[in-house]
Amino acid sequence: MRTIRYRDAVREAIAEEMERDERVLIMGEEVGHYQGAYKVTEGLLDRFTDKRVIDTPIAEAGFAGIGIGAAMVGLRPIVEFMTWNFSFVAFDQIVQNAAKIHQMSGGQISVPIVFRGPNGAARQVSSQHSHAVEPFYCSVPGMYVVAPSTPRDVKGLLKTSIRSNNPVIFLEGETIYGVKGEVPDLPEDGADGELIAFGKARIAREGTDCTIVTWGSPYYTVLEAAEVLAKEGIECEVVDPRTIRPLDVDTIVKSVEKTNRCVVVHEHWPYGGPGAEIVDQVQSRAFDYLDAPIGRVAGLDVPMPYATNLEETVLPTVERVIDAVKGVTYRS
Amino acid sequence: MAKRDELIPLYRQLHLIRRFEEEAARAYAKGRIGGFLHLYIGQEAVAVGANAALRADDYVFQTYRDHGTALARGSSPRACMAELYGKDAGCSRGLGGSMHFFDVANNFYGGYGIIGGHVALAAGAAYKSKYAGDDRIAMCFLGDGATNIGGFHEGMSLAGLWKLPLVVVIENNAYAMGTPMSRTTAVTDFTTKAVGYGMASDRFDGHDVRVVQEHMAKAIDRARSGGGPTLLEVMTYRFRGHSMSDPGKYRTKEELEERKKRDPVKLARQALLDLGMNEEDIAALDAEVEAEVQDAVDFAENAEPAKAEAMWQTVMAPEDL
Ligand SMILES: Cc1ncc(C[n+]2csc(CCOP(=O)(O)OP(=O)(O)O)c2C)c(N)n1
Ligand SMILES: [Mg+2]
Repeated sequence: MRTIRYRDAVREAIAEEMERDERVLIMGEEVGHYQGAYKVTEGLLDRFTDKRVIDTPIAEAGFAGIGIGAAMVGLRPIVEFMTWNFSFVAFDQIVQNAAKIHQMSGGQISVPIVFRGPNGAARQVSSQHSHAVEPFYCSVPGMYVVAPSTPRDVKGLLKTSIRSNNPVIFLEGETIYGVKGEVPDLPEDGADGELIAFGKARIAREGTDCTIVTWGSPYYTVLEAAEVLAKEGIECEVVDPRTIRPLDVDTIVKSVEKTNRCVVVHEHWPYGGPGAEIVDQVQSRAFDYLDAPIGRVAGLDVPMPYATNLEETVLPTVERVIDAVKGVTYRS
Repeated sequence: MAKRDELIPLYRQLHLIRRFEEEAARAYAKGRIGGFLHLYIGQEAVAVGANAALRADDYVFQTYRDHGTALARGSSPRACMAELYGKDAGCSRGLGGSMHFFDVANNFYGGYGIIGGHVALAAGAAYKSKYAGDDRIAMCFLGDGATNIGGFHEGMSLAGLWKLPLVVVIENNAYAMGTPMSRTTAVTDFTTKAVGYGMASDRFDGHDVRVVQEHMAKAIDRARSGGGPTLLEVMTYRFRGHSMSDPGKYRTKEELEERKKRDPVKLARQALLDLGMNEEDIAALDAEVEAEVQDAVDFAENAEPAKAEAMWQTVMAPEDL
């Protein structure tokens, strides 16, 4: 094992898969000469040349479409959105083409493409640059939605995503690019390295009193809250689903059967989305095990304000997680 | 004399924007301002020249690089600086920040963060003028890099089709973030893009504020008198990085130094001297600007933080149902 940063893990996954498969290429704004807006693709242009590391103009709908078209006839593009906020101008290509072509062609054509980039609020980037986009994409059948929180998960899941024969919405986190964590040693030449399967949750912390389901950036907020709660004698079990679609409901339900309480913590808005979906799945499968209504900590139901004093209150905080857990465990 | 008197307020605005941006950069370095901060330093003559040719009741739309345009329109430096500081007294109540200045009282309809979308918004404002039969025109600024996105082309297409009173201004500063034009577009004379949409066009230097004003006035007159939209390409350059986090490694020091020789603030200052204004009078003007900018910083430092009530109350507009 080695310790590397999240952004390095993303880069390693891309590089290993490009090395392995000639059909893999990466395109997006500033991925090449600039070395990536968030330095994720640093060094890749030198290593793989501008045939495979392609700087695009600001034309998300165009290059998302080019990626999909190329995937339809045999390439395996990775399309980087500088941030997921800019994917909305390519929404039509993703939802109407990438997600639909396999079925509407009667299964003749597959679309092996990865759309990836940082998701969610950064710091004070305000209204138009702070979207947690998972609710928009996870409601669409025909795609995977992946949202890893640790370096190891991001690497293993990105490798799987690149090898997948289907479109993948791959959500990274700007605020966690610098997070360090253990990953397996670099694979020997020609070896596969670690691949992590879609639809398998990971228990990040074991506990008996309350299950907390979370992913992406809030994962770290939850771990911090769980530490504090443990000191007060409340042991939380933290379940990171890692993929939003498919969702590993079995692992979540198993945990709830043990703890009899559940809180879902996410950055996206409270109306709908995976947060609501998880609540629905748990109540329908584990109703008899629940000792309290399922709690939820979400981003507040407002466009993201710029001012830091307000932004801090909009995002899930350690305090809000603690309150929610105390609420469902009836301790206050 | 007349020429000099006309230039004095323009120089004052240029210098005000420059000093405002320098102080913003300083406050950012001190952690008083957060998020993305895109400075207008080097491009001041575009907004100031445009505003000099616009009427106060014309509609103006800008990208995230919006401080200079708001100030040129007449927004108060206090309200602008307070916005950067995330204060309730900011021009968007601390909710928008650097990229989203709005000042409807001065017909500044905003700074937009997502490339391309605001071109059609400006066309929509122009549409309203046509609908209402008034003669207010709309002006939309965007970057060279933004000409590659669909939103720009759809806005242009509709404006051309419906002969809307719109002036689209491409501020060609040669780079889209770290990417030079040579890697973003096959055709580097952007005025050619007007042809396909049946629009008039013009291309000119953006460093001399008087040149900008003159060319802007022609396009604005055309729009106001029912002659339809115009696409303008203004040749400019940004002296700082794309935003505060950009070290600007993609261009050489020599290139930057060469471009700085055509500093719009210095050019206007020199023009004033050439028109017979003396150093002391210019210095007095500079001191006035200095005091105004310092006042803006002090005001922003001491203002009340943005308010949660404002955040909740502005999600939806009040109804009169
Ligand atoms: C749709 C979209 N894609 C990407 C971005 C990220 N982005 C912000 S500014 C910028 C470069 C814009 O360059 P240009 O249009 O030339 O304007 P300039 O910044 O030079 O004024 C990019 C890529 C964005 N804001 N919106
Ligand atoms: Mg530019």
